[in-house]
Amino acid sequence: MSEVTEAVDLAPSGATTRLGNIAFKWLLVACVAVAIVFLGALLVDVVVKAWPRLDLRVVRNFPSGLPGRAGAQSAILGTIWVVGLTGLICIPVGVGAALYLEEYADRDRWFNRLIELNIQNLAAVPSIVFGILGLGFLVHGLGLGQVVLAAGLTLSLLVLPIVIIASREAIRAVPNSIRLGSLALGATQWQTIRRQVLPAAAPGMATGAILALSRAIGEAAPLILLGGLTFITFNPTGLDSPFTVLPIQIFNWISRPQAEFKVLAAAAIVVLLVILLTMNSVAIWLRSRYQRKW
Amino acid sequence: MVSPVEHEDPTSVADGGSSGAEETTGLATAVAHREVSDTVKDVVFRVLDVSVDYGAFTAVRDVSLDIGCNEITALIGPSGCGKSTLLRCFNRMNDLIPGARVRGLIQYHEQDLNSRHVDPIEVRRRIGMVFQKPNPFPKSIYENVAFGPKVNGLKVDSMDDLVEEALQRAALWDEVKGKLKQSAFSLSGGQQQRLCIARCIAVRPEVILMDEPCSALDPIATARIEDLMIELREDFTILIVTHNMQQAARVSDRTAFLTAEVDPESGERTGVLVEYDRTEVLFTRPAEQRTEDYLTGRFG
Repeated sequence: MSEVTEAVDLAPSGATTRLGNIAFKWLLVACVAVAIVFLGALLVDVVVKAWPRLDLRVVRNFPSGLPGRAGAQSAILGTIWVVGLTGLICIPVGVGAALYLEEYADRDRWFNRLIELNIQNLAAVPSIVFGILGLGFLVHGLGLGQVVLAAGLTLSLLVLPIVIIASREAIRAVPNSIRLGSLALGATQWQTIRRQVLPAAAPGMATGAILALSRAIGEAAPLILLGGLTFITFNPTGLDSPFTVLPIQIFNWISRPQAEFKVLAAAAIVVLLVILLTMNSVAIWLRSRYQRKW
Repeated sequence: MVSPVEHEDPTSVADGGSSGAEETTGLATAVAHREVSDTVKDVVFRVLDVSVDYGAFTAVRDVSLDIGCNEITALIGPSGCGKSTLLRCFNRMNDLIPGARVRGLIQYHEQDLNSRHVDPIEVRRRIGMVFQKPNPFPKSIYENVAFGPKVNGLKVDSMDDLVEEALQRAALWDEVKGKLKQSAFSLSGGQQQRLCIARCIAVRPEVILMDEPCSALDPIATARIEDLMIELREDFTILIVTHNMQQAARVSDRTAFLTAEVDPESGERTGVLVEYDRTEVLFTRPAEQRTEDYLTGRFG
């Protein structure tokens, strides 16, 4: 008898415990569902609304007072100019800064630690603040005017911390044994960085850079200050051209009273989303294609 | 096995003749095999009272020894005795460790290695290094070998020939000749380590430093590397740090035994050179009690 009573109890635990277990799991599923469902609903809503105007007029025509003739070509090209310029500026500067911080800077020095701390904080500064900086320093201070160059420089400053942080992660992921192996062969520090560290870190850096540009492409606030909110019926022709960009064009159309402009805004949103998702897919592709196992 | 009585008698090894010594260490039968002069004749490195500090902590203290040309010199000793630290002095790799400082004199062909007028890049070109864990570059096998000659601006008629020669000398050519464009990571651990040796040879150094080159490898791969070291001895001076006493006994001409002295107050461990001699002598008739204790497995 006593042997039976002392047997290990392997029976299922109480109903409350089991219920709690299941309930918690479904709570978590619900959290995911909120995110997915809202995103999905938003996408479907935009595409459905945009559908009647989702034709070539959106990319072929220029803004116009007549909703039937209006298009976003100047905004699309403005976006390409501004974001392209942002990439040209922020990628080399960001990678350079990351290389200095990771490969050269002595972390015990107070000013290097200060720089590090500042970069982390800069990434959290609201974009409008960068807009104010651009307006005060670039547009008026340096007298650049409300042009593509000022916009590209401002957005570069805005996303630079993201590029630096992502590049530093990528550089840090390169094992030190690679650097030592290279230096032990008589390579200089620059040769080691140029021929070992950079190629090994490039996929990670590219992913970070694309994600940073994705952020830049969706920015409206700082560019409104820099003169992006104007009626532009011509494409930018150079760094000194006035410009507008897609998010601002969308903002502009949505604030119009006519219902047709709202449909047009939806169509422009679809165009912006397509550009964004394409860029992000390239980032994901790069990441999986060049993922390295050390 | 050796009886405990023999262990307790410190003179038994030194006085007991070769048969007794062989029994004590169990290694003497494996000792190689070629004539080694009593003292180092053709000196490549002269080490005089070398100490290495990491900040306020002294990792190695007052080491003096001569390294002979075309010899294999083994540095053995328990963990933390500073043998790897000492090895890194020979190609200025300690420069890369923040806070590390080398005191004393290390002469390479009678030139002070740590002089202000010596470029560490030039030093490392002449004195190559193979690391504990195989560390091929994330590139093709070919690129791995060609990297050193390229960055050093070595004038070669044909890079292909140089790569082939280096791989052949590292006994790897037959295994990789059909797949030179493949990633170095496709190789096994032992092959990767031989690739690292090939990469080192391709720069045509005079000395090769090896920091526990077999510790990450299986016994078969280890045996291949050991055979390779004995072949390479003809053309290179080799310094090897090893944990493995049998390995030192099998391949080296001379052996330096280091141990860690523990500071009774701070508890810090500082490496000191206990004994340096021909491998055969050190393993069969060690002069120091501490060497014998280590070789017989009584500590470390």
